[in-house]
Amino acid sequence: MTKKKFKDQFITYGIVIALYLIMEILMKTGNLSSHLKGLLVPMTYYAVIAVALNLCVGILGELSIGHCGFMCIGAFASAVFSKLTQNTLPAAPRFFLAFVVGIAFAALFGFLIGIPVLRLKGDYLAIVTLAFGEIIKNVINAIYFGVDSKGPHISLNNVMDLGMEPDGQVIINGAMGITGTPRDANFTIAIVVLLLSLFVVLNLMNSRDGRAIMAVRDNSIAAESAGINVTKYKMLAFTISAAIAGAAGVLFSHNITSLTATSQYFGYNASIMILVYVVLGGIGNIRGSVIAAAILYLLPEMLRGLNTYRMLIYSIVLIAMMLFNWAPAAIEWREKVAHKFIKRNA
Amino acid sequence: MLSKAFLVPYLQIFVGGNMSFLIYLINGLSLGSIYAIIALGYTMVYGIAKMLNFAHGDFIMVGCYVIFTICSTFSGNTVVGLIAAVILCTLLGITTEKVAYKPLRGAASPLAVLITAIGVSYFLENLALLIFGADIKSFSSVVSWQGLSFAGGDLKIQGVTIITILSSVVILIVLQLFIHKTREGQAMLAVAEDKGAAMLMGINVNKTISLTFAIGSALAAIAGALLCSAYPSLSPYLGAMPGIKAFVAAVFGGIGSIPGAMIGGLVLGIVEILSRTYISSQLSDAIVFGILIVVLLVKPTGLLGKKIQEKV
Amino acid sequence: MKKMKSVISLLAASALLAGTIAGCGGNAGGNTASTGESTATESSASGATFKIGSIGPLTGGAAAYGLAVVNSVELAVNEINANGGINGYQVEMKGEDDELNAEKSVNAYNTLKDWGMQFLVGSTTSACSLAVSENTHEDNMFQLTPSASAADCVAYDNVFRVCFSDPNQGLASAQYIGSHKLASKVAIIYDSSDVYSSGIYQTFAQEAVNQGFDVVSAEAFTADSKTDFSVQLQKAKDAGAELLFLPIYYTEASLILTQANTMGYAPIFFGVDGMDGILTVENFDTSLAEGLMLLTPFAADATDDLTVNYVKNYKEKYGETPNQFGADAYDAVYIIKQCLEEAGATPDMSVSDLCEAVKGKIVTITASGLTSDTMTWDASGEPNKEPKAVVIKDGAYVTAE
Repeated sequence: MTKKKFKDQFITYGIVIALYLIMEILMKTGNLSSHLKGLLVPMTYYAVIAVALNLCVGILGELSIGHCGFMCIGAFASAVFSKLTQNTLPAAPRFFLAFVVGIAFAALFGFLIGIPVLRLKGDYLAIVTLAFGEIIKNVINAIYFGVDSKGPHISLNNVMDLGMEPDGQVIINGAMGITGTPRDANFTIAIVVLLLSLFVVLNLMNSRDGRAIMAVRDNSIAAESAGINVTKYKMLAFTISAAIAGAAGVLFSHNITSLTATSQYFGYNASIMILVYVVLGGIGNIRGSVIAAAILYLLPEMLRGLNTYRMLIYSIVLIAMMLFNWAPAAIEWREKVAHKFIKRNA
Repeated sequence: MLSKAFLVPYLQIFVGGNMSFLIYLINGLSLGSIYAIIALGYTMVYGIAKMLNFAHGDFIMVGCYVIFTICSTFSGNTVVGLIAAVILCTLLGITTEKVAYKPLRGAASPLAVLITAIGVSYFLENLALLIFGADIKSFSSVVSWQGLSFAGGDLKIQGVTIITILSSVVILIVLQLFIHKTREGQAMLAVAEDKGAAMLMGINVNKTISLTFAIGSALAAIAGALLCSAYPSLSPYLGAMPGIKAFVAAVFGGIGSIPGAMIGGLVLGIVEILSRTYISSQLSDAIVFGILIVVLLVKPTGLLGKKIQEKV
Repeated sequence: MKKMKSVISLLAASALLAGTIAGCGGNAGGNTASTGESTATESSASGATFKIGSIGPLTGGAAAYGLAVVNSVELAVNEINANGGINGYQVEMKGEDDELNAEKSVNAYNTLKDWGMQFLVGSTTSACSLAVSENTHEDNMFQLTPSASAADCVAYDNVFRVCFSDPNQGLASAQYIGSHKLASKVAIIYDSSDVYSSGIYQTFAQEAVNQGFDVVSAEAFTADSKTDFSVQLQKAKDAGAELLFLPIYYTEASLILTQANTMGYAPIFFGVDGMDGILTVENFDTSLAEGLMLLTPFAADATDDLTVNYVKNYKEKYGETPNQFGADAYDAVYIIKQCLEEAGATPDMSVSDLCEAVKGKIVTITASGLTSDTMTWDASGEPNKEPKAVVIKDGAYVTAE
């Protein structure tokens, strides 16, 4: 690893840690409003999933608009685990194992879904990820799962089909989802998860594997002729990306107590919102994703004072920011202005 | 090839005096025709501007509200409403393209314009929410014809169903003629093929793209009128789901291909209705998307899509 | 390097924005009166005030329900203020948007907490209310949800509700159909992606066995496919159902009624409280709803003074006819008022003390409001009130026999 890259990585971790310390100090001294305090954990898990999606979109170069599906799998798998072991395990090891379960399930599904998805290209790949995301959501919405003295029961029809003993406990109740998941997540754990995700992704980028992945992104045919196993590297990146999204899901389900597989959390709209973070933060720029996720999650919350005009203003800001950041004319103009500014100062 | 064992039970339902299957099929065709008209707009814009216009579904919503407003407040008749909706949606399409999409042509990533389209979609939905309120409104059908009745009243086909199916066919034919027989249509084909080369041949690329947006948006207005006539409930978010399904239909048929969008829309509508009927009403969305995945795995660029040429 | 620049520009742009917005936000928080629909509160700058917060979806597909709740809370608060307040103190209110998202609902709760909320009338929907109840329980704040009907919503002892619970409604509907022998073959259309609808469906189907009628078809739809109901209706028709049970909101029900009419299917339609509002859908042909039965605690065209005034004032102020969500929320404010008056509470008490005071009184009072003449509560948080069965005749509710 070159010195410059090391420095670059260090800045990324530094920003996250600095932000964490500032928030902790503000919190400890009582200077943080409850509103902001409540936003810290969601902000962090959206940053985590933005990092995951950037690995897929920016580093692997494949557009996914179903990433919240993996988050959904991580959330449900870990919540089921936590519910089952709520009375048998102490909180700390239980939450750790919940992460293992959530990440493992998300990675497994990432792998399985990756097999067909990565055979496709461009917009067709994107639409298939969207399709998988919607399928995951739709199927989880129809799952009824309960446990009683005779063991687990599962049904795709309704809760009566479970045929549960009276002592049984319904864990996933179709659209009503999972309620009463222990609230184990907190800001410190969330930040640790974010740092670990950053560590995984940044190290991957700077490793041999990472260079191979980027070679596949830039030109898969050339990469293949250079002896790189294209399928293997695509699968590797996609699975890791899904696993990190799963970790975000674990934080999600252990932060609010009612978990339902509905569009506002796991549908294509939610996935696109994450994509907005990635694109505004800079495609392939991991640090940018973290910053953009934090700012854009905060933005509509800070706009609450505007009431019903809030989302309208948000959409205008979104369009304006896109034009400002990406339009060739705007970039040219910005460079000109920056140039003048530097000249004047010189 | 369909096996006999598969067909026989359906034929029995069909012949055995029970009209249910036929009714389901017609309902599927009707829903599919609406998807098809929306998908035509999607696919044209994609083919020429190479962008997914996620706000397309919301143009439908705008069209519906325009017709509703004109019919209820200015006591105009539905034809006036429809014409106004088509004109307004066309203007909206052209303006959106000019303001929000055109500046991003040539941006470093094609994702930039996709995100802007999402922004436009949020904008239109929330504007409608502010202007018209959140409560649903009931839409009066633009089709007053009652429809046809067969087999002694056992099989009724609504007027709006027939009009919808016919409109989609007419639109398909007109579009095909326009693209293959007129100069503007030829210009569109050229721009779709190679923007740079088209420009060198003296084609006004900007004008061609504007025209495409105009046509796509006008189609959205027509689709809106038909959608709300068949399912008469107006809300600021009514376009989002049909929009995304039509997008799936466009991909299914091979995005960029006009006959493909038509076939994709019809297949999607029929599959949706039949899977809901014979498999599961809870899982019908999953089944529709599942079939899309299978089709794309067999034909990676959709049913009628062009092969993507890979260059080294 | 290029990426770096774009990040910097993003940062600059957002920082600028965030700065200005945070500034605005800060000011708004400082002032007693907020913007938008919560402005109307009489600002009683001098002296302490009671602060009631409300949460619901004000944007997004479910905005109609959240707006009804927040607007009605505002209406009730304005009335109370005009009549001298609670125990002589003025009342302030503030409504926040949760976009039907439990996570945002918690954010909204925290915003209101910063504003100084003492009582929560919300959240409007079940999943959101459930998530928020975790926080109100922690803070020991009194929460009275007007319309969150899932069984678990009132699990904590500081949470009460005004509406019926889902199991309660499913049970009552099945019993009503059974005891009045309305039909022997019943079909159901429900929203399998909605907590409310599938909750009612579950208990209804379970109870049907005891009530001597058959559920011949139970078909679902989801939030992603709720325009075309031809399949569900055709199946009900083919199964020979004489009664169609619709445990769904009026928004989808209006479509079902229209589509059933065009296909020439006319069973008895039977709805629950979410059906209320169907007669007020703009431009809806109310003749389609003729004969529709529903169990509802509220009827917008009832002729008692309370309802007449409420509907009139609501229409004047917000231009729409209120639905049962609004009525429940309106009652919620008056229930809190009654409890506070019984307890002789003052606004300078802590949130937790106020919660204890109201909690102690709500189980003893008998409240009378839009949704029932006699409402009582026990410690479980469930209301005790009679559902009214009404039938639509000539475009108006008539009490069913």
